[in-house]
Amino acid sequence: MAKIKGAIVVDTARCKGCDICVTSCPFDVLRMSREVNEKGYTYSYMLNPDNCTGCASCGLVCPDGCIKVYKLKV
Amino acid sequence: MSNPIIQPENLVYDKSAVLTDNVMHYCPGCSHGTVHRIVAEVIEEMGLQDQTIGVAPVGCAVFIYNYINVDFAESAHGRAPAIATAIKRLNPDKLVFTYQGDGDLAAIGTAETIHACNRGENIAIIFINNGIYGMTGGQMAPTTLLGMKSSTCPTGREPHLNGYPLKITDMLALTEGTCYVTRQSVHTPSSVKKTKRAIRKAFDNSLQGKGTSVVEVVSTCNSGWKMTPVEANRWMEENMFPFYPLGDLKDR
Repeated sequence: MAKIKGAIVVDTARCKGCDICVTSCPFDVLRMSREVNEKGYTYSYMLNPDNCTGCASCGLVCPDGCIKVYKLKV
Repeated sequence: MSNPIIQPENLVYDKSAVLTDNVMHYCPGCSHGTVHRIVAEVIEEMGLQDQTIGVAPVGCAVFIYNYINVDFAESAHGRAPAIATAIKRLNPDKLVFTYQGDGDLAAIGTAETIHACNRGENIAIIFINNGIYGMTGGQMAPTTLLGMKSSTCPTGREPHLNGYPLKITDMLALTEGTCYVTRQSVHTPSSVKKTKRAIRKAFDNSLQGKGTSVVEVVSTCNSGWKMTPVEANRWMEENMFPFYPLGDLKDR
């Protein structure tokens, strides 16, 4: 069976660190960074990239439209 | 680009091109941003970027014209449905929508809203209900829940002093002119998809001349509520949804 792998790219300059994507991810992929962007906000990143399926839940709930979602069948 | 997944041909989700690259001024986690994003997505899907005229409110969303790249008119406080009436009557083939908060639609603009809906103007009204006046510092709104704290009712709203919260969407469903009245939210991926379908339907109704469509989005104001965005979403589920139940109120 083909496996689906996903990945996201966060626009870290646009992200405000609201944490909603982290709680919306069904596969526990995302976390908030310890570093901050130039506005002083933390931003989300993939802590467990192998779990990502590209379901785009994070992108759908992002209030600032800063998540790009990629998906690949391997 | 070493990651084989992150390639242009594998892109499955990105913000709409109708949404500008300006960073929104909203607080982190604000529902306004999510609704702006899906309004832009719907306009892009319909291919109507050049055929859409929005009417901006007074409130936090006053700068919506900086974020959604379509034509906008800025109305006086609460008068968006009146301005939209004129725009739609003069441009009947255009998609005309208003985007209003609860202070704009349910307080100062109550008369304009109710009469535009009762006349059945062919506009779509997007109503963001967060139960508080967000822009001015979290004062009590007509939609503030009983017992809910705000800066002007710091011990919670009491009915004998402050009256009762207003379900204006239910009132609008009673008017003859509305064709589609629904209440949605944007706190989870599935609710975002439902709201997007509702906005699409409202926009289609506007173009088909079926009457006024009202999409209420029960939203959070985490700054005004003094919570984190995630706590605010949970609080909304536990407290707002019992009083403002989600679902279609009218569809014809």
